[in-house]
Amino acid sequence: MAAIYSLYIINKSGGLIFYKDYGSSGRMDTNDSLRVASLWHSMHAISQQLSPTVGCLGIELLEADTFDLHCFQSLTGTKFFVVCEPGTQHMEGLLKVIYELYTDYVLKNPFYEMEMPIRCELFDINLSQATQKDRVALLGR
Amino acid sequence: MQFFGGSDISPSPPAPTASGNNAHMMYVFNRNGVCLLYREWNRPLHTLNAQQDHKLMFGLLFSLKSLTAKMDPTSMDKGNLGVPQLPGQGCSFHSFRTNTYKLSFMETPSGIKIILITHPKTGDLRESLKYIYNLYVEYVVKNPIYTPGAPIRCELFNTSLDQYVRSIS
Repeated sequence: MAAIYSLYIINKSGGLIFYKDYGSSGRMDTNDSLRVASLWHSMHAISQQLSPTVGCLGIELLEADTFDLHCFQSLTGTKFFVVCEPGTQHMEGLLKVIYELYTDYVLKNPFYEMEMPIRCELFDINLSQATQKDRVALLGR
Repeated sequence: MQFFGGSDISPSPPAPTASGNNAHMMYVFNRNGVCLLYREWNRPLHTLNAQQDHKLMFGLLFSLKSLTAKMDPTSMDKGNLGVPQLPGQGCSFHSFRTNTYKLSFMETPSGIKIILITHPKTGDLRESLKYIYNLYVEYVVKNPIYTPGAPIRCELFNTSLDQYVRSIS
């Protein structure tokens, strides 16, 4: 079974710009993934309001009954989040790697328009390499 | 499960992992979203007034639950996003963590929601929440002058809660 179930990238206004499914059962259709992404964007913002102390940057890890959700927000407000099996390690590292790939293959792509859905072949290729299970394990070393 | 256990308070409180007061605040909601109890131990930042804060918290939990139910990667039939679900139905969540706090959440079969907000480095608090639920059953539900659905005003519950929360880390 896959360690990672799916990957989402949402822009600073909560729009889904990238979604990849790595084999979760009962696939979500496009509308559902868009809704889930913008719902996450709002929950992330609300969690900052409810913080008991100053300086809250939003949810980093959500532990559900059947999965873990790790979220990384870049300084520009783009959010990357992976849904993985409960207790999967090294997901922060993986998110940083995905962010690096995003800056290299998406932001530096002259044909990419900011905040628009990502359609870059090189990004897809490198992403599939980064998310392979053994590679994720190597990040922990 | 301890939910339907005997009449004494669960066997023994889960062993504290370290000492020190790490808890920020606690909420108890009933299934209608009424805030039955709000306790605050250490909260320097207040962004909203109390009522708005409780509403926002209940809304966050409700929406996160529908999000997790929809996202659940292990079930085939997940229903539609945003459709209210019965307690125990669909995939729920037990905690989330931000850089400044950790929220632990438990929902009982009767729809009572117990929320404990602690330091982000706190470990798994599922057992502690069950123990708090047992305190609630003992001191609130079994209190003959308590009307279900009303805010909890029970001295004994508050003192035992404070004492217990101080022991968890």
